[in-house]
Amino acid sequence: MQVFDLEAEGLRALNSSLHELNGSTEPGRWEIVNPKGSHAIAVGLDAPIEVTVKGSTGYYCAGMNKQATVNVHGSVGPGVAENMMSGAVIVEGDASQYAGATGRGGLLVIKGNASSRCGISMKGIDIVVHGNIGHMSAFMAQAGNLVVCGDAGDALGDSLYEARLFVRGSVKSLGADCIEKELRPEHIEILKDLLARSGADAKPEEFKRYGSARQLYNFDVDNVGAY
Amino acid sequence: MKDTQNNIPRTIPQQSATFSNPINAEIRRAAATGIYDIRGGGAKRRVPHFDDLLFLGASISRYPLEGYREKCDTSVVLGTRYAKKPIRLDIPITIAGMSFGALSGPAKEALGRGASAAGTSTTTGDGGMTSEERSHSTQLVYQYLPSRYGMNPDDLRRADAIEVVVGQGAKPGGGGMLLGQKISDRVADMRTLPKGIDQRSACRHPDWTGPDDLEIKILELREITNWQVPIFIKVGGTRPYYDTALAVKAGADVVVLDGMQGGTAATQDVFIEHVGLPTLACIRPAVQALQDLGMHREVQLIVSGGIRSGADVAKALAMGADAVSIGTAAMIAIGDNDPKWESEYQKLGTTTGAYDDWHEGMDPAGITTQDAELMKRVDPVEAGRRLSNYLKVMTLEAQTIARACGHNKLQNLEPEDLCALTMEAAAMARVPLAGTSWYPGKEGF
Repeated sequence: MQVFDLEAEGLRALNSSLHELNGSTEPGRWEIVNPKGSHAIAVGLDAPIEVTVKGSTGYYCAGMNKQATVNVHGSVGPGVAENMMSGAVIVEGDASQYAGATGRGGLLVIKGNASSRCGISMKGIDIVVHGNIGHMSAFMAQAGNLVVCGDAGDALGDSLYEARLFVRGSVKSLGADCIEKELRPEHIEILKDLLARSGADAKPEEFKRYGSARQLYNFDVDNVGAY
Repeated sequence: MKDTQNNIPRTIPQQSATFSNPINAEIRRAAATGIYDIRGGGAKRRVPHFDDLLFLGASISRYPLEGYREKCDTSVVLGTRYAKKPIRLDIPITIAGMSFGALSGPAKEALGRGASAAGTSTTTGDGGMTSEERSHSTQLVYQYLPSRYGMNPDDLRRADAIEVVVGQGAKPGGGGMLLGQKISDRVADMRTLPKGIDQRSACRHPDWTGPDDLEIKILELREITNWQVPIFIKVGGTRPYYDTALAVKAGADVVVLDGMQGGTAATQDVFIEHVGLPTLACIRPAVQALQDLGMHREVQLIVSGGIRSGADVAKALAMGADAVSIGTAAMIAIGDNDPKWESEYQKLGTTTGAYDDWHEGMDPAGITTQDAELMKRVDPVEAGRRLSNYLKVMTLEAQTIARACGHNKLQNLEPEDLCALTMEAAAMARVPLAGTSWYPGKEGF
């Protein structure tokens, strides 16, 4: 295992070392120590490696990740795994705003709580939050699955497109054009898979599904109050 | 009838200046449809512009350069502040961001071909990077927009520069819109959305707000691309002094400043005509901000919005810009609003030069459409050649003016080469009213 002291060697050296691996698998395991809330840790990775960050991070940890598995043994700042393409990001602690924003693929697991705008504009990523999520989560979410084992804040799924939202606890309020939908057998299967892969202690049947009513997909003046 | 019979003069019917026929027609249209007018393009209203400035030229106090013998450098380097690989352009005229989706594939290819032949860059738009435009553009600027449609790290790394779009002149503070009729299978797939729905692009970025966040976002983009390529920040012209200063503070290599004449694929007419500043009013405050920070020429300034000729280029550069960008003019060069389609414009209820329903996807010229038959009307090779010709003409015109003012490099043009024809233009451009040594706001009078 490669141990990288971020405080001693610096961010540029870290990311350039990780980028040099692109496509390669050796060294396959990295441990980043002394992150101390630094921004842009392990961004733009493109190799099937495992990176463990021993501590909390600042903004955009694992941004635009491809293939890699990034574990954060701490909490993360805004925009963790933003625009992730593939791979996995697992956060042991809590996440600040915009977790998984615009993500296109891969799995983001937040074992604590996530703040506002979790999954904003998501485009195919799967996000599992073991705790609660804040307001305006899944705003304009296009595709993918957002699973929340706890409660959701105000305006969940506002202006939602085709992303699927699953919440086990309460939803403070739904955003424009977001409605509760039937939890069908295929959704149970999706939940079963995501809960298992994210290590969440919950049963699929306990969740409610929310999705787009598709009433705002094409402008209609009679819906103007909803905009 | 009675008055006529008695030969008494009548009051002539008087149209209201406030409630003019076009205004009344718009009231009736809104009442009938219940929706605001959506259109493409930039502000059509008359605003103070480059036409309100003149060059003084050389005389006894300055001597000119020989037009056909003495060199006048047109090159510009963008991104010298941080990027390992700055963009080197032969001419200071770039092609502005226009999306695949808003524009057809052949139109985007034509822009790439024309720009490359003229030695300049082109720019993606709110829809991701297509392989066609990448392969036909020697220098391609990749826009990073709030919607993040099509955004991915591979395209980010194969771009020659990244342009973080905060706003644009046609709709500063507004998001984008691509109506359902233009969402073909390919456009839908690139944007991860169902076919045929109206696509609303957010007005704010999803994962940052404010200049402090932007600084961190730029750090992330630089780390992902290993500090190789320049990062531009594009803003609509609203508060150019502060926006430029904040863009510099956030770490921009280049600031792109777009005035209200700059076009959009589609937004509300009320937005286009009533929000933002004329391009002329944007340049001096932005340059002042750069100068106050000691960053003029260190951080390059690209100005766009209503650039049409080499004279406009020269005037923008004389006011302190490093380069300009064209969108609407480039579209016209490749065939937009061409009189040869007049009969078809008539069928659409409009006429050559006024066609702006780009969002409807029925463009007779085949440019602002995803209709498979209409887009065949754009021959990318021929249209690219026309754009290249046009860019070269603009450059020659700008050189002609620069030489006449005694400059051997376009960027050496300066405000002292200019005068203004109107009080408004004098105030905005901060150059003297013609024949005087004064402009509104100048201290010492």
